[in-house]
Amino acid sequence: MPTENLFKALVREDDNGQWAFGTGFTDGLARVDRGVPEGVDRADLAEYCLMLGDDALIYAQRLSEWCSKAPEIEEDIALANIALDLLGHARVLLARVAEVREEGDEDALAYWRDAPQFRNVRLAELDLGPGPGGDFAATMARLLLFSSWRLAIFTRLAGSRDRLLAALAAKGAKEITYHRDHATQWVIRLGAGTSYSRARMTAGLDAVWPYAEELFAPHPVETRLAAQGVAVDPATVRTEVLGVLTEVLAHAELPPPAFVPDGEPHPGRDGEHTEELGPLLDEMQSLVRAMPGATW
Amino acid sequence: MSDSWPLWEVFIRGKRGLNHVHVGSLHSPDAEMALRNARDVYTRRNEGTSIWVVPSAQITASSPEEKDSFFTSSADKVYRHPTFYVVAEEIPHI
Repeated sequence: MPTENLFKALVREDDNGQWAFGTGFTDGLARVDRGVPEGVDRADLAEYCLMLGDDALIYAQRLSEWCSKAPEIEEDIALANIALDLLGHARVLLARVAEVREEGDEDALAYWRDAPQFRNVRLAELDLGPGPGGDFAATMARLLLFSSWRLAIFTRLAGSRDRLLAALAAKGAKEITYHRDHATQWVIRLGAGTSYSRARMTAGLDAVWPYAEELFAPHPVETRLAAQGVAVDPATVRTEVLGVLTEVLAHAELPPPAFVPDGEPHPGRDGEHTEELGPLLDEMQSLVRAMPGATW
Repeated sequence: MSDSWPLWEVFIRGKRGLNHVHVGSLHSPDAEMALRNARDVYTRRNEGTSIWVVPSAQITASSPEEKDSFFTSSADKVYRHPTFYVVAEEIPHI
């Protein structure tokens, strides 16, 4: 029989009453075995989770800077959605760091570390706009590179001996597939669009290529954990990622990626960051540091 | 830029296998991006399992001036409702 309210047709029976419509939320990680796999060094595992978590946290903060500044409100929401997906990864991973270290919590890790203590790749922290640091095309160039790389990592990480990493990676891979699709759609439209959009897209890609090789340089922690079936050696995904990028760029009528080695194998993973991370952290951490313990 | 992006109407089918329901509209440069924008704008809270997007310009709507001639005739014909039947509880959404 007809429902009295059309939106009621959109919600499920297990309505928790929290939202105007749209319910049935589930936490797929709630019942996952959180034990540390046998023989795995706890410090290494924590460090690896910190690397993947910081990538997500710092990039989520960068993406959220576009909110209210994208070309259209639809794109504001799209980028904010992607940022929130990544923030979800960061929360799980930083909570795992605290759990494995038996020290602190996700908030302490996010808000009370300084730049040299962050383990994210530098690609995540670059200021590529909005504002003078870049533009929408550069933002899409980074999203394409970052999500192609992270998807390749997460697809393999879904087979990790660490049950929590495996569960997060399986769920995250579906989300990142959408992120990559979003970037792909825009790179193709801008690359194969007008001569002006093509020039902007080319400049955007050129801005991110110098930070690509760092993504595939294995850190000693990654190498050790990969040998134990816990982590993914990023060097093993380089060919696949290059193939994906080359295919997308061909559709966009653009030349294949031009990765430029910059000498330093993994500076971000060792806490050596660009000057652009500091201001990002200043903004992200300002409220918590001004009013420690504040709640709302 | 808003001037150059056409308007699209968005229809979402929820979890129960019901009809697609009109939920709103959005701007998008083309159909493929409209589908993605609809996913981002209208299914953020777990509402949907299927999305349709339709160019707003493709919708032909009845006009307010025609309201009387269109709808007055049906206003007093209660017998057109199948109210004499009892619908079994096991058959929802009819």
